[in-house]
Amino acid sequence: MRLRAERLGARRGEDLLFSDISFDLGSGDALVLTGRNGSGKSTLLRVVAGLLPAEAGRVLWTGKDETVRAGEACHYLGHRNAMKAELTVRENLVFWKSFLGDLEGGAGMSVVEAADRVGLGGIAHLPFGYLSAGQQRRMAFAKLLVAYRPVWILDEPTAALDTRAEQTFTDLIKQHLAAGGMLLAATHQPLGLENARELRMTGFSDLPEAFLQ
Amino acid sequence: MMALLLRDLKLSVRAGGGALIGVLFFMTVVAVIPFGVGPDLNLLSRIGPAIVWIGALLSALLGLDRLFQTEREDGSLDLILMQEHPLVLTVLVKCLAHWLANGLPLVIASPLLGLFMNMSETAIGAVALTLLVGSPALTFIGAVGAAVAVALPRGGLLVSILVLPLAVPVLIFGVSASYAAVEDPAPFMPPFLMLSAITMFFAVLGPVGAALALRNAGD
Repeated sequence: MRLRAERLGARRGEDLLFSDISFDLGSGDALVLTGRNGSGKSTLLRVVAGLLPAEAGRVLWTGKDETVRAGEACHYLGHRNAMKAELTVRENLVFWKSFLGDLEGGAGMSVVEAADRVGLGGIAHLPFGYLSAGQQRRMAFAKLLVAYRPVWILDEPTAALDTRAEQTFTDLIKQHLAAGGMLLAATHQPLGLENARELRMTGFSDLPEAFLQ
Repeated sequence: MMALLLRDLKLSVRAGGGALIGVLFFMTVVAVIPFGVGPDLNLLSRIGPAIVWIGALLSALLGLDRLFQTEREDGSLDLILMQEHPLVLTVLVKCLAHWLANGLPLVIASPLLGLFMNMSETAIGAVALTLLVGSPALTFIGAVGAAVAVALPRGGLLVSILVLPLAVPVLIFGVSASYAAVEDPAPFMPPFLMLSAITMFFAVLGPVGAALALRNAGD
């Protein structure tokens, strides 16, 4: 399994945010995007997930099934949690488990187990809207566990989390990588991964004007 | 897909889902007409089918703008767009769930409102039948408007304005079929079959258009 990006470029309105970004992820690889606000981290993640069109370049997925698009092999956890406040946590997770399904080559956990793994097994009967911001984030993370996807795309995954929850996250990510998964994350805080590669996004604002012409 | 249908139905009956708001609005609109028109029973029974249909049309438009907007606000739309399920099918299922929660109650409430308007049994039956056949078309047309306006804050009125002209044929054939059932010379079947054809036409075209709009609404 490989996720490759070839000379990606993207535009936000009129402005070119980044260009000529290439990377190649194999099983067990992690790539962490860092950089200032507005340097295009989130945009790059959305381009890889197939949610934004690329201005240039392409994203390629090679796996067991040749027909799978890159986006279908990915879990995307953005700024918003994609959970319904009116439904209980269990209803939310059961829905995503059956709607997302498992990609060939793995199987997701049961809903109860996933809730336990993020440390919130006892409150799955509550409506999602009743949880605190940190608990909501943890439950959104449980969504990644109920359906199998080899690639996890995480956008600021540890926002609103306490240190213990951050540790839980890091452990879950390590298990995912050890099982042959891949990680693509944008973050300000270090995730505590040992052999993660780093892609520093600088944006174009640091370059002299003449260079851009 | 079944999971999506069940989730949307659950959401529509939970707090803030708004499934009953449409029916209440429908009842309010039709119930105030007799006060405005006056107690002329003949007049009321003559305009009855048209009033019930117009009320149903407006109520059907009421909750449509939230069809995709709520999904976008909490980020679910991103995940839905990424999946391998054909997006057209996903949209079709969402439309069905929306119709079951918002359209079907209007159909069920319409006989009661027919009594308010002093309509005959035949007219009441005809209006309920034409609404049953015609109201899904309103949802399918509305889905396109909802998808186009998904990224706009407060796009609700825009959706209604976009959708209303396209919904006019549904109204015309729905009302003319209802009248044809009570007034002798006009045949019932031709307008009724046209109405069915419109529904089937938009059942195909609506989800395709909405899926296209959602794909290009990315931000």
